[in-house]
Amino acid sequence: MATLTYRDALNQALREEMQRDPNVFLMGEEVGVYQGAYKVSRGLLEEFGPMRIVDTPIAELGFAGIGVGAAMGGLRPVIEFMTWNFAVLALDQIVNSASKILYESGGQIPIPIVFRGPNGAALQLGAQHSQAWDSWLSHIPGLKVVAPATPADAKGLLKSAIRDNNPVIVLEGEMLYNLKGEVPEGEHVVPIGRADIKRPGRDVTFVCHSKTVAVALKAAEQLAEHEGASAEVLDLRSLRPLDEEAILGSVARTNRAVVIEEGWPHAGIGAQVVDVIQREAFDQLDAPVLRVTQADVPMPYNKQLERLAKPSPDRIVAAARRVLYLD
Amino acid sequence: MATNVYMEALSPTMEEGRVVKWHKRDGDPVKTGDTLAEVETDKAVMDLVARADGVLRQVAAAEGQTVAVGSVVAVIAAPGEAVGAAPASAAPATSSGGGRRETGGVATAAAPSAPAPATVAQQARVKASPLAKRIAKDAGVDLKLVTGSGPGGRVVKRDLERTPVPAPATALPVADGSPPASRLPSPERPGVAYQDVPLTQIRKTIAKRLATSLGPIPHFFLTTEVDMERASEARDALNKQLGDQGKVSFNDIIIKATAHALTKHRACNAWFQEDHIRYWNEVHIGMAVAVEDGLITPVVRNADLKSLAGIGAEAKELAERARNRRLQPSEYTGATFSVSNLGMFDIDQFTAVINPPEAGIIAVGSIVQKPVVVEGQLTARRRMRITMSCDHRVIDGATGAAFLKTLKLMLENPLAMLL
Amino acid sequence: MATATAQTTNTPAQRELERRMLRQMLSIRRFEEKAAEAYALGKIGGFCHLYIGQEAVAVGSLAALRDDDYVISSYREHGQALARGVPANAIMAELFGKATGCSKGKGGSMHLFDVGRRFMGGHGIVGGHIPLAAGLGFAIRYKDGDQLCICYFGEAAVNIGAFHETLNMASVYKLPVIFVCENNRYGMGTAFERVAAVTDVVEHACSYDMAAELVNGMDVLAVYDATRRAAERARKGGRPTLLEVRTYRFMGHSMSDPLHGVYRTKEEVEEQRKRDPISQLAGKLKEEGALDEVGLDALDAEARAEAEEAVRFADQSPDPDAAELTTHVLAD
Repeated sequence: MATLTYRDALNQALREEMQRDPNVFLMGEEVGVYQGAYKVSRGLLEEFGPMRIVDTPIAELGFAGIGVGAAMGGLRPVIEFMTWNFAVLALDQIVNSASKILYESGGQIPIPIVFRGPNGAALQLGAQHSQAWDSWLSHIPGLKVVAPATPADAKGLLKSAIRDNNPVIVLEGEMLYNLKGEVPEGEHVVPIGRADIKRPGRDVTFVCHSKTVAVALKAAEQLAEHEGASAEVLDLRSLRPLDEEAILGSVARTNRAVVIEEGWPHAGIGAQVVDVIQREAFDQLDAPVLRVTQADVPMPYNKQLERLAKPSPDRIVAAARRVLYLD
Repeated sequence: MATNVYMEALSPTMEEGRVVKWHKRDGDPVKTGDTLAEVETDKAVMDLVARADGVLRQVAAAEGQTVAVGSVVAVIAAPGEAVGAAPASAAPATSSGGGRRETGGVATAAAPSAPAPATVAQQARVKASPLAKRIAKDAGVDLKLVTGSGPGGRVVKRDLERTPVPAPATALPVADGSPPASRLPSPERPGVAYQDVPLTQIRKTIAKRLATSLGPIPHFFLTTEVDMERASEARDALNKQLGDQGKVSFNDIIIKATAHALTKHRACNAWFQEDHIRYWNEVHIGMAVAVEDGLITPVVRNADLKSLAGIGAEAKELAERARNRRLQPSEYTGATFSVSNLGMFDIDQFTAVINPPEAGIIAVGSIVQKPVVVEGQLTARRRMRITMSCDHRVIDGATGAAFLKTLKLMLENPLAMLL
Repeated sequence: MATATAQTTNTPAQRELERRMLRQMLSIRRFEEKAAEAYALGKIGGFCHLYIGQEAVAVGSLAALRDDDYVISSYREHGQALARGVPANAIMAELFGKATGCSKGKGGSMHLFDVGRRFMGGHGIVGGHIPLAAGLGFAIRYKDGDQLCICYFGEAAVNIGAFHETLNMASVYKLPVIFVCENNRYGMGTAFERVAAVTDVVEHACSYDMAAELVNGMDVLAVYDATRRAAERARKGGRPTLLEVRTYRFMGHSMSDPLHGVYRTKEEVEEQRKRDPISQLAGKLKEEGALDEVGLDALDAEARAEAEEAVRFADQSPDPDAAELTTHVLAD
């Protein structure tokens, strides 16, 4: 096992996959000479050259579309968005081209492309730079969506995404890039569509992903210490497809669930998880399924207000206490 | 400050109780320890006892009515205390006796001042979590009789768990498992009561394989025919001697002999406990007694240490109280081995079912005159068949057979019990 | 910028080429007419954008290309698909939504695909496929090939962001793409002059330091020659070209759009019909003695028969299986 940052784990994944398959290339703003806006692609230009590490103008729609076209032509592009906020410009290519060409052509042309970048809020970046697109992108059939929370999962899932013959969305996080964690040596591939129990428990299931995993783990500690209740933290890792089996298996054990996400509540990805639970595990439930999300507001700049807006361990513990009937 | 009177769990397995008879009425003064009512449990008729001093009020369960364990059936108020809104529901069953709003012929004065139970009774829909509904359905519990502790009176999982939930204000007394002072003086054994021996590999294998055959407990059966001539003679002589002081029955002799034999075969005096076997040093014999609508097994504790007369008197008394459903839980639990006797029904032999967690039981048939060859000569002897049922996870064939042989020897020659 | 016109040589090979082009244009014309009829009968649903009047653009340009080049177009792509060699039967069946359609009935008129012939669709969002063309060009360059990608779009697409982003990057990365703007003067119901600050599309090329030509789109040979020049530029130096091909559609924007009366006059349409590319080429061939009336009729009869056969084939083909609803959402 090696201890790596999330950023370096992604870097390793890119490097290994580009060494393994000459058709893999990386394209995006600042990925080459600048060594990556968040240094995820550090050193790659030197190793692979400008045809495979391609700096682009600020033209998200354009280079996302070039990526899709290149995939149609037999390559395996990795398109980096500096943040997913800017990828809204490219949504036409992601949603109208990448996700649909295989279906529209009656199965003739697969699109093996990866769209990746940091998603969700960082610190005090303001409303336009703090959005989480989990729900929007997971809505689209023809896409796969993953959201690794740890360095090991980041490496494993990015490798899977690159090897997948479908358009895969990888939601990273600026606040995650510095996170350190153990990453297995050698070939480490995490399958898409499988959740992971980050902390086993008995009394309530916390369903979470990406940055909220750490928040949920803290909440679980607090819950154990103050209430003596044991929470199971289930990291979804994959948003489309969802690991329904893992979700239902956990709820069958605990009979209670709190679903956590960093996006907004209305039609958020958590609502889909709640639907799965109420539909398939109705008789297992001892309490309604509750959700903890970002406040239903554009992200404010002020530090305190921003903290109030985001999911916190306290809010998760409060929800847990309600489903445990401890109030 | 009014104290709730709850339907208590008067037996370890009780989930609901039927009020047989109120000994106190609304307005009666009560003291701690007074019997408030007789309640029929799943096993026997028990006394519901007052746990506070004061005046009985707001009797919410009528005679004949069945209520769930944990329901509030009445309130003990301070004298002169005005009791306003009734405590959270003693949800009456709509099916049995009492009907919806009426509280029987009792405490009609209480009815107008107790709107809440009636309100609950009139609620068409029970609020319960899906899990609670499923648990209730599986256990055959009527949700309408359960008090919900969730928001809005929602019944949740913990409300259905065995131990009744403590209401916020007062702690609900949990059914006390320890036995009250026993009725008869009982000899006590010095030293440790039992040893737990973890299952060895071979036991584990046997347990695992055999559990998949004959239901949960892998029974096997050993039959032996015992010559009861000497036992008969001994009994006659003994009873003549005792005269008015009591009679010793064959069953008493069998219990005594069984207990004695168990002391020599501790391997048969055991409980199967999932991952270990409890080998009892004490011997408590359960004797099966037929009661009106079923069977109950009162226990003769430390039967190996008791005299035959003592066993006789105790067995008689226990049997009578069993038939009247007046046994305490401690009197019908805790046996280490059981005896079932259908001799009085002219049954030649039968196989009994083991009472878990015990590992064995003997089934005793009637004593019959039979032609038997003794020392080469055909003769008529009184014979009795005993069939032992063994839990194969604990007792193997040879072990059971050895015990049965010892038992047979003792019965065939009662003086052997003195060895 | 001077309008490029055809340089013709009167050789047998040339005449053979011209005859083939005429035949192809007739195929498209008769096919589209049959499609209009089928649409009016309810056999084709949704949108149906006809190529009638613009045949010379598809035929002329694709005649200058190789089989291993890529072709990508907008939703008005029946003409390009036919000229590329996608069988009329497969196209008509796709329009009818049948299982035998080139996209298995799951794409429809706007999403014709034939990967074996490198016909890469059929795309519904205006300008949405232009970056895809550059991506195909990128893949060619990446693998050091000498193929190219030809991309067709209307003049209204020139106003969308994707056009500018793509042409800029095509120049920066030196991609072998021929951008063919089929300027038929009307973006649906809006005359180009009303919404474009610069109406000569070729003028845009200088923003991207890109080669460009203005072409008479009613002259199939002019289109052919301009495309050959662009193809050479792409294959030799990997440089893109913007071709503004001026043409005219005789039908409405789509079957739901009137021929004339709302945004263009009947007189205008009739005036333009005199410039029908098919008549022009047929006339030229007759003048040269390479074709007579009988010959022309024979070619036309073939085209009509092909179109009718396509309708018959589509009519008799089965619908896709219900299970096809959920196939091809994801690749294995």
